[in-house]
Amino acid sequence: MDNKQFDLIIIGAGPAGLAAAIYTSRASLSTLVIDESMAGGQVKTTHQVANYPGFVDPIPGHELASNMRKQAERFETKFELAAEITDIQLVGPEKVVTIDNVSYTAKNIIIATGSSPRLLNVPGEVEYKGSGVSYCATCDGEFYKDKDVTVIGGGNSAMEESLLLLQLVKSLTVIHQFDELQAEKITANKVVNNAKTRILWSHEPREFIKDKDKMITLAENLKTKEIIRLGSDGIFIFAGMVPNTGLVKNTPLNLSEQCYIFTNENMETNLDGVYAAGDVRVKKYRQITTAIGDGTIAALNIIQKG
Amino acid sequence: MLQTKLTTLQSKQELTDLISKNEKVAVCCGRMGPMCIPVYGIFEVYEEKYPDIKFRNMDFDTPDADIIKKLPECRGFNGLPFTVYYRNGKVVKTTTSIQSAKQIKDIIEEVLS
Repeated sequence: MDNKQFDLIIIGAGPAGLAAAIYTSRASLSTLVIDESMAGGQVKTTHQVANYPGFVDPIPGHELASNMRKQAERFETKFELAAEITDIQLVGPEKVVTIDNVSYTAKNIIIATGSSPRLLNVPGEVEYKGSGVSYCATCDGEFYKDKDVTVIGGGNSAMEESLLLLQLVKSLTVIHQFDELQAEKITANKVVNNAKTRILWSHEPREFIKDKDKMITLAENLKTKEIIRLGSDGIFIFAGMVPNTGLVKNTPLNLSEQCYIFTNENMETNLDGVYAAGDVRVKKYRQITTAIGDGTIAALNIIQKG
Repeated sequence: MLQTKLTTLQSKQELTDLISKNEKVAVCCGRMGPMCIPVYGIFEVYEEKYPDIKFRNMDFDTPDADIIKKLPECRGFNGLPFTVYYRNGKVVKTTTSIQSAKQIKDIIEEVLS
């Protein structure tokens, strides 16, 4: 097995990981960034970023992500992308990350794996992904022009994506588990007040079924326990996020009940030399800017330790 | 507008020629949307990792993309991107919507190894 030594390994090439890499590479620490996908994290799949300081006009997320990666590369950060980590050792002075048959070692490691859209884990969800079940209105909305769609969720993503869909579809039914929407009022009201919108309050989907060209949602009324059958042409799911901590689940790293990583204000975890930054750690606000703040803090602590 | 390092197929004829002259071909047919970007990025990495496979892009909105969109194997697809894997000129696998690097790697090992 090959072995490659670095000063720092960063797992996750989102804003937190890339910000840390820019700082540590610029400070001449040899830095490796590993990601199971491409650089950019959730930013790369964000249509437009309008609240990132320094850009007067909204910038496409993939462009912002690409710029961050190029900036890190300019300081000689190394990347292993589309990489499948097969083993990770976080205890002891040398941290080891294995990809296929190559071991990468470093004294310090930053976990910046972010979070991913939550799956509902109901029958039919995975089976019909892309052929009736979607997670992106921008991408797949036009397949449902003048058709009836169902949206699962009542948070900001669900309402923002619903607004996009309402420009295209004939009708939109929101299925939401609570009696009110969790999204910001300004967006939620635009959806609720649209004549094409119908909302099923206090319902949760239990199964998705395909019936010829139609998608059927079996949804439970959480108050009466009655199961209703709702037909539409497509289902869009926006059910929140979950941390990407599967990789460290079987390590001694302290995780919250929801599996986010506990850190102190220096982004240090309970394990010496192991840091966490960005959406993957326990915190209140998860934004690009706060992720970058986390990555910066972790990097500066590692640089200071020498 | 797509921004990918993959070579873009401009016409049906180009794709037909490609699959007739190459044993292993993978085509991603999409746009620069949130579900497409990761798949294009993974294809770019795998283009270096699997030099025996020809990885290509085809713009979903070009009329010639009908050669992908109208494949029987893509019937009922409502999620971008569509990816099509060819071996010896035949379609051996298709997918719709976003795929992870591991899913794509597994497909390559299953049908193009």
